[in-house]
Amino acid sequence: MSVGGIEVEGREAVAAEAQLDTANVEGRTQWQLTWRRLRQDKVAMASLVVILIIVALALAAPLFVSITHHPPNVAYPNTGEDVAGNPVGPGTNGFWLGTDGTGRDLFIRILYGARVSLFVGFVTTAIGAVTGVSVGLIAGYFGGVVDTVLARFTDAVLAFPYVVLALALAVVLGPSLSVIIAVIAFFSWAAIARIVRGQTLSIKEKEYIEAARSLGAGPFRIIFLDILPNLLAPVLVIATLYVPIAVVFEATLSYLGLGIQPPTASWGNILADAQNFYQTSWWYVVFPAAALLITTLAFNLLGDGIRDAMDPRTERVFAAGRARRRRRRGKRQALADGGSDVSHVVPSVPPAGGS
Amino acid sequence: MSAPAGDDVLVRVEKLVKHFPVRSGGLVRRTVGQVHAVDDVSLSVPRGKTLGLVGETGSGKSTLARCLAGLIPVTSGRVTFDGRDITNLPRRAMQPLRREIQMIFQDPYSSLNPRRRVGAIIGDPFAIHKTAAGAKRKRAVQELMERVGLNPEHYNRFPAEFSGGQRQRIGVARALALRPKLIICDEPVSALDVSIQAQVLNLLADLQRDYGLTYLFIAHDLEVVRHVSDSVAVMYLGRIGELGPRDPVYGSPRHPYTTALLSAAPAADPDTAAIRKRIILAGDVPSPIDPPSGCRFHPRCPKAQPLCSQDEPQLEIKAGDAATHVTACHFPVMAGENLAAVGRSGSS
Amino acid sequence: MAIVGFLIRRILTGIVVIWLVATGAFFLFFARPVDTVARQLAGRAATPQVINTVISNLGLNQPIMVQYWHFLDNLVHGDLGYSYYTGESVDTMLKQDLPPTISLVIGGLVLWLVVGLSVGIISATRPRSVFDRSANVAVLIGLSMPVFVIGELLILVVFVPLNRHGITFIQTGYAGISQGLGTWLGHMILPWIALAAVQAAVYTRLTRGQLLDTLGEDYIRTARAKGLSERRVTYRHGVRAALTPVVSQLGVDVGQLLGGVVVVETVFSLGGLGQTSVEAIYTDNLPVIIGFVVLAAAFVVIANIIVDLVYALLDPRVRIA
Repeated sequence: MSVGGIEVEGREAVAAEAQLDTANVEGRTQWQLTWRRLRQDKVAMASLVVILIIVALALAAPLFVSITHHPPNVAYPNTGEDVAGNPVGPGTNGFWLGTDGTGRDLFIRILYGARVSLFVGFVTTAIGAVTGVSVGLIAGYFGGVVDTVLARFTDAVLAFPYVVLALALAVVLGPSLSVIIAVIAFFSWAAIARIVRGQTLSIKEKEYIEAARSLGAGPFRIIFLDILPNLLAPVLVIATLYVPIAVVFEATLSYLGLGIQPPTASWGNILADAQNFYQTSWWYVVFPAAALLITTLAFNLLGDGIRDAMDPRTERVFAAGRARRRRRRGKRQALADGGSDVSHVVPSVPPAGGS
Repeated sequence: MSAPAGDDVLVRVEKLVKHFPVRSGGLVRRTVGQVHAVDDVSLSVPRGKTLGLVGETGSGKSTLARCLAGLIPVTSGRVTFDGRDITNLPRRAMQPLRREIQMIFQDPYSSLNPRRRVGAIIGDPFAIHKTAAGAKRKRAVQELMERVGLNPEHYNRFPAEFSGGQRQRIGVARALALRPKLIICDEPVSALDVSIQAQVLNLLADLQRDYGLTYLFIAHDLEVVRHVSDSVAVMYLGRIGELGPRDPVYGSPRHPYTTALLSAAPAADPDTAAIRKRIILAGDVPSPIDPPSGCRFHPRCPKAQPLCSQDEPQLEIKAGDAATHVTACHFPVMAGENLAAVGRSGSS
Repeated sequence: MAIVGFLIRRILTGIVVIWLVATGAFFLFFARPVDTVARQLAGRAATPQVINTVISNLGLNQPIMVQYWHFLDNLVHGDLGYSYYTGESVDTMLKQDLPPTISLVIGGLVLWLVVGLSVGIISATRPRSVFDRSANVAVLIGLSMPVFVIGELLILVVFVPLNRHGITFIQTGYAGISQGLGTWLGHMILPWIALAAVQAAVYTRLTRGQLLDTLGEDYIRTARAKGLSERRVTYRHGVRAALTPVVSQLGVDVGQLLGGVVVVETVFSLGGLGQTSVEAIYTDNLPVIIGFVVLAAAFVVIANIIVDLVYALLDPRVRIA
């Protein structure tokens, strides 16, 4: 053990430590350490704040309606459109960000679009995470035929062009929120399952799993006590990085007309209509696009930040001497010190439909 | 075997064979070969004693250990524990036996779950076998920690906060929890600094004395094995080359491989070191997928003759040896022989 | 030769996959109550007589397996039916729509690979430089943006101002090469950028990561120690090893490429396969949609075979097994 950064062994060390520390010191959990590191990452913290603001704004949308007196689906052809029938710009006639093609309050519609996007983002990621973790765990832990079948099925799902599926479902079910959720969840569970399977496979090789088996632990105990806790870190990173993918997915599908139908506001269908007004009303394109961009950027930066905070290679919170020795011992020990190897956790290529 | 008849044998292995299939890639995997990890090994460990198992990487010693512990199924042969046949027992039947057979692992950094507290790790055996719970379990764990030289007040710490040597002690405490009869030590000190090794070895010796433990001690370092073992088995490529009580094997090794291994260890006495020449073995350890014909050691053996590539030698008592010291070699090393001076075309 | 065997096996598997997809689509659409199908096909304002006509004309009353058989039969003969909306044969429609899509796919693919790989390689060879950092920022933004937003912003920021000042080089819509190379380029350049941007970001990050990992390996250090020039080390050894995961990623991305194609065609009104099939949703034009689905499956299968071939070429360790 280390006393003041110097390695000391044996009974003298025990005595020395007893003098230094108080009894029953609790070790800091991995989560506490990660949070500490995350707090020092300014970019990640800023992103977290931005996300909280967006969520707050979305939840407070009805409040803004009562302030501006402009419900999201009500058109104002008199105050909201100019002589030629085009949208009016930001700041005119009490429209904070201007109006859209039919004279509706753009700001309010963007807020309501945020509700849709965040809802879809969180719900589909949650579904995808739960399903993906289950499938990935089972495939990774049990191996053999189960693994082969599940892994190939997962690969097939991943390679499937999502647009085709969206088209087909839209024909049968009619374009709607359900189509979007079905398609996105269908894709995201597969991506998460693949990563979880990989992580499970590498965790399974660790000696402490073998130790648990030699103690007589059954598969469930091993899965829940030994494997799952080591999975939570990569899964959290992946989930955070998948929310923006889901948000973009929804926007793309709504843009194509396969998702949320007008008059319900969605950033996607707002931007679809905005195409008719390029020449005259730049705000109609810029503001919804900015909202989308800021949201996805914030989640991406936060996800990257969490991943870096969890990866022990990037930062040393401890004394320099210990750090030098750790660096020499390398990644192997660093991982054993409570980090997880999340450095390779990168979400699958987001669909080119914009992801 | 290594124990004379009538002695109390705790673990016996008879003609143990473990082959791993080698599969080709592709959708439908075909078996294209076998890894002969363990090929017809027989040995036994008397109660309360330590059998040292030595060999290079690929010799099959770790595989043998895992077969003994019931962690991997056996291809053929028999494992007997305390009079019971435990070969390939189904999980349920094996469960109570797990209290009696325990393992200590090599890597202190990956043999403990980094996410769990040390108290929970050591308390695992109590939880799994439902022998103690709550405060009683905590007390038992803290007693164990004290016994192995850890501060019981570190109950709530994570493995990351301990040094390598201490982590191995945690592993020892975990193995000791249910007072097993047999502890299989798979290279328990190989990953530790030399100065720490002695401490852990001393701890193991103390525990053996206090609790009447039986050890199967696996290592690749002969000097470590000499320190702890009552008898020694030397493995090469899945087979046992030499087997016997410690002093005869170290004092008068018969198998050329044993002799070569011993010559590689630095001698404490500088005079002896000056006289003794290193025996350099030619070539690398062949692949266990396609072991050499006849005696598996013959491609690298300085004493090899044509007979060695045709006929696989069996374990036999060689001239002048005790009944418990057996060697598998057609041309064993005799007293006064200096292998370093022997060429491959070999004159003795 | 092993390659021939490999090809045959993959082509056969591919045919099976396409058949499965076509079957799935067919049953998804037509295995519903006859009334629902007919009503959807006939349009929302259809009277019962019209619906009956539709049912008898299309044989929707026949047992589903009979319909399926006809469908397969036609499919094998290359006949995808007729568009209910315009009366044209689907084949003709799809053929008309092919050129814009192909122009888009090839140009976009080239652009994204070139940009992605080169930026990735340069970033990896100059880690933490100004170039690397700005590239990282660009990648992050690119990853966060949906393709259609990029497209719209491009139009807003490039096309509209240029047009306003009388520069007509950049246009929306499609013009074939037959109308002049310059014209074709002018129509295609923004769509290419839109399609390539996100994927280029992904591939830049992927290449950079892979190359950095590879360059850290011991055998690279050995090559340098042997005295090989830095350039040779990077390209001959590093890039080659780093390329293989990129290539295998391509196989997975083919499916996503289709999504991007659909979106870009819609944004820029290119009128290709993608746009047509999306519009077919609005008109419930089932044959067109089935046609697109089958073509998409064929495209994915073929692309994957090509990718596997390239992968085997790059990595001699991979046996074509």
